Amino acid sequence: MADIAADGYVPERDESGALTTVDGTPLKISLRKSQRRAKRRAFYLVVPLLAFLFITFTIPIVGMIVRSVYNPEVANYLPETSAAIGDWDGEELPPEKVFAAMAADMEVGLENRTIGRAAGRINREIPGARSLVMGTARHVDEMQPPYREAFLEEDEDWSDLELWRLLKRETRLITPAYYLLALDFEYTPRGDIVERPEIYQVYRLLFIRTAWMSIVITGACLLLGYPVAHLLATLPLRTSNLLMILVLLPFWTSLLVRTSAWMVLLQQEGVVNDLLVWAGIINDNGRIRMIYNQLGTIIAMTHILLPFMILPLYSVMKTIPPSYMRAARSLGANQFTAFVKVYMPLTIPGLAAGVLLVFILAIGYYITPALVGGESGIFISNLIASNMQGTSAQLKLASALATILLVLVLFFYWLFNKLVGVDRLKFG
Amino acid sequence: MALPTYAGPLERTWYYSYRVICAAIFIFLIVPIVVIVPLSFNAQPYFTFTKEMLSFDPDGYSLRWYEELLSSREWMRAIGNSFFIAISATIISTTLGTLAALGLSRPNMPAKGFITAVLISPMIVPLIITAAALFSFYARLDLANSYFSIIMAHVVLGTPFVVITVTASLSGFDQQLIRAAQSLGANQVTTFFKVILPLLLPGVVAGALFAFITSLDEVVVVLFLAGPEQVTMTVRMFSGLREEISPTILALATILVAISILLLSSMELLRRRSERQRGMSPG
Amino acid sequence: MKRTLSLMAAVAIVPSMALAAEGDSLTIVSWGGAYTMSQEKAYHEPYSEKTGTQILREDKSANALAGIRSQVEAGNVTWDVVDMLQADAQRACDEGLIMEIPHDEWLAPGPDGAKPTEDFIDGTLGDCFIPQILYATMFAYNEEAFPDGGPKTVADVWDLEKFPGTRSLQKIPQKNLEWALIADGVPADEVYEVLATREGQDRAFAKLDEIKDNVIWWSEGAQPPQMLADQEAVIATAYNGRIFNAQVNEDQPFKIMWDHQMFEVDGWVVPVDQSEDDLKLIKDYLYFATDTQRLADQAKYIAYAPARKSSVPLVGKMEGTDIDMKPHMPTTPENFETAVQFDTSFWADYGDQLEERFNAWLAQ
Repeated sequence: MADIAADGYVPERDESGALTTVDGTPLKISLRKSQRRAKRRAFYLVVPLLAFLFITFTIPIVGMIVRSVYNPEVANYLPETSAAIGDWDGEELPPEKVFAAMAADMEVGLENRTIGRAAGRINREIPGARSLVMGTARHVDEMQPPYREAFLEEDEDWSDLELWRLLKRETRLITPAYYLLALDFEYTPRGDIVERPEIYQVYRLLFIRTAWMSIVITGACLLLGYPVAHLLATLPLRTSNLLMILVLLPFWTSLLVRTSAWMVLLQQEGVVNDLLVWAGIINDNGRIRMIYNQLGTIIAMTHILLPFMILPLYSVMKTIPPSYMRAARSLGANQFTAFVKVYMPLTIPGLAAGVLLVFILAIGYYITPALVGGESGIFISNLIASNMQGTSAQLKLASALATILLVLVLFFYWLFNKLVGVDRLKFG
Repeated sequence: MALPTYAGPLERTWYYSYRVICAAIFIFLIVPIVVIVPLSFNAQPYFTFTKEMLSFDPDGYSLRWYEELLSSREWMRAIGNSFFIAISATIISTTLGTLAALGLSRPNMPAKGFITAVLISPMIVPLIITAAALFSFYARLDLANSYFSIIMAHVVLGTPFVVITVTASLSGFDQQLIRAAQSLGANQVTTFFKVILPLLLPGVVAGALFAFITSLDEVVVVLFLAGPEQVTMTVRMFSGLREEISPTILALATILVAISILLLSSMELLRRRSERQRGMSPG
Repeated sequence: MKRTLSLMAAVAIVPSMALAAEGDSLTIVSWGGAYTMSQEKAYHEPYSEKTGTQILREDKSANALAGIRSQVEAGNVTWDVVDMLQADAQRACDEGLIMEIPHDEWLAPGPDGAKPTEDFIDGTLGDCFIPQILYATMFAYNEEAFPDGGPKTVADVWDLEKFPGTRSLQKIPQKNLEWALIADGVPADEVYEVLATREGQDRAFAKLDEIKDNVIWWSEGAQPPQMLADQEAVIATAYNGRIFNAQVNEDQPFKIMWDHQMFEVDGWVVPVDQSEDDLKLIKDYLYFATDTQRLADQAKYIAYAPARKSSVPLVGKMEGTDIDMKPHMPTTPENFETAVQFDTSFWADYGDQLEERFNAWLAQ
């Protein structure tokens, strides 16, 4: 009997003849149970980190996404007006009750000092509305009903229907306005979505530029990384370990240090220009501007991201046996054909990993473009950062821009995971 | 990849020009890091080599920028902050990350791919997004401008590296060893400390080094989360670079390069040790 | 007055590195560079000496409005006194982010007993704002770049043929748009009227287009003197105090072109939600730091004009030198002739819109 162990142990069986454990449970169930237990145990080990990340990473990001659509200023700081304006048809000047509600809101808002926030929100859409609201609010305690006349007497801009339509629109607590802005659209006080005038368009351009420059940087990394990875993979181990240090040292060196090194090298009074002048290639007045523009960003970022291309390529190339190339050559292929037809296809997994990794990291860059990018070399991250330091409306715009960027990055991350698998990521 | 004896002249030319190209790329990789080191000893407040420096005149060199760095209370405080934050964050992220990696490496881990992807995601999400999200989050909790929020943020950023490195070191791990230890009478605790841990340790230390350097170098999150008391050396360096690049910054940069070399060497030693231990390396 | 977080104890793994402040301390936010140094010498140092209160400096005034807003909204105000421009103070005051200040109650009277509301220069006090100094932004140039004499008017700055070379302007629409209109021939007293119209805005941007390719942009006040010194730019807009500092301390061959200088008021504000103890300390500091002598003292270290009338006669020589500070003050008559007051209220209304247009214009 095959299932009798060498020591003469006889497995237990129940009446139907199925295998059981000592206490009589069928083996299948017992096995499944123990597997489930093992699964649970494995999962318990991951729980602390998962829970930690959920609280300190996922929740904050969800909060940011919520903020990008949250629009409380008019609804919360002009509550009476918001309630009263609901059944106004938007065709002619609102009735007295709306003006009276506005007067009441202003009085409360002035006391709580919240009126400025509502005014700021409206001013974001209609420049000058801040002065109008604040100016009237300062005198509202001296006004007598009927408020409509009193308001118009204070400032005739209160007869502007656009202003009231805007107020009505902004009573909604959720708004897509910041996403529209982030894509260079806006919507009119009546609620139609239109493209912004060309002079205000900037974000789409920046998204496209960020993507385009990231592609260029990824391409440059591939161009420089591929031959180096190949060399490292084919040299004797001792030599390649030594040369590997030249790749790993930059990898381990602070991004800020490397960026400042490029600032030193590339500025007009810097080392590279000095060398060119000394070599007589350019004259002292013709120093080349290599920094504070796109070129600066591309050079510095290519340098910073290059190890992320070389390492995955190298780890794949190392596994390709040299005999493959020799076989191709012996079958009559010349070196070039053998390389293109045999070697290159085998490196595709490393290539995909390197390209996606470099691209994903590049499109989110902030520090390097901020320091060496000047005006033409900045990325969308830089606009997110500068909006984060502005008015509260700009803060929400920053959240919307960040959410769009996040969606883009997560898409490429998903692609990476699908094509390469995150568990294949390794360092050093 | 020695040149075969049957190589023609064209192949020969290509072989050598290929090596020249590779040499140029290696120079591109290393020169920026090498160049700042001598410049940090410049006696003049310039960022290029002076005549005295090029003729190796000792008067062209000085330690004045290092003195300025080390005698500045604000710089020293920032450096202290950096290390305090990095060490705290490293301890927490190494613990959490190692536990998670142990779970992920078990053969019966459920939803392994998805969970790994989630655990690695802080490394992928652009820092500016993380900073924007954390800034509002901690502000609402009344915890912005605190060491606590910065350390927590750096734990988030450091754990992916620990998870990756420890998982990688476990991937070559022979599960039979555990069974062998247990069949020889070791209990679970003994097995962990006598068998698993020694094999795991190089991976854990490597992960910790990664987490440490990640925190030490991080700028963006601290830029938004730090109050005056928590400013770190990299944030000071960043604001310095925006205004005017002073040689003091190059002195700090040189120190950071030295730290990188130190960490890189420890990594190399660890790698060799663990390869020897597993009999994977010839030497 | 900084609360050390109890949570910190949990993570204070290296206790010797926990850098908690001892005793009373005030966090004062300012602009950094030479300006903060002048405050340090004239206000902070004597105050710390007198009271033992430690002053923590933070160079974040460039983003003060956003900083205060996020602290107030989070209910976690850590800044005690903030140095701000009048325009930002106006906005912060509207939004209820900073305290209203009863000037006569909080501040020291003039030496002749004049009430603070009478002693400060007219039009400089704000509901929530204590002025310290008047300062000018204007063009300056490196004399070495123009051996035959530098630009004399704003229009000259736009003349790339007569005065070739790179210009450096601040990366904001404010003042640049005004100067563009002035260079285009708009009289100074009509600038804001014109700039409020779409046509006027188009005109200003079109004028800026003329020099856009020859401009590099600065964002920190310390940059323009540095750029002029390196001749990375030959003409730059700058704060007059920074240029003065470079002229005197670094002996740089810089010259200020006072034509159509734009002057602004800079001063202190106090974020809301201060605890009672904190507020006492803040009031004590402000009483000390804004009195006649202290304001006059600041002019010993930097060429900004004190905002109190009673301080003006006390302005003398620069500390440790023989340099008379009066000719370097923006308010000296020959410097002040064509001066334009920066209109904070205009920018509060049109700032959002023009900033957006400016950013778009820059990126294109």
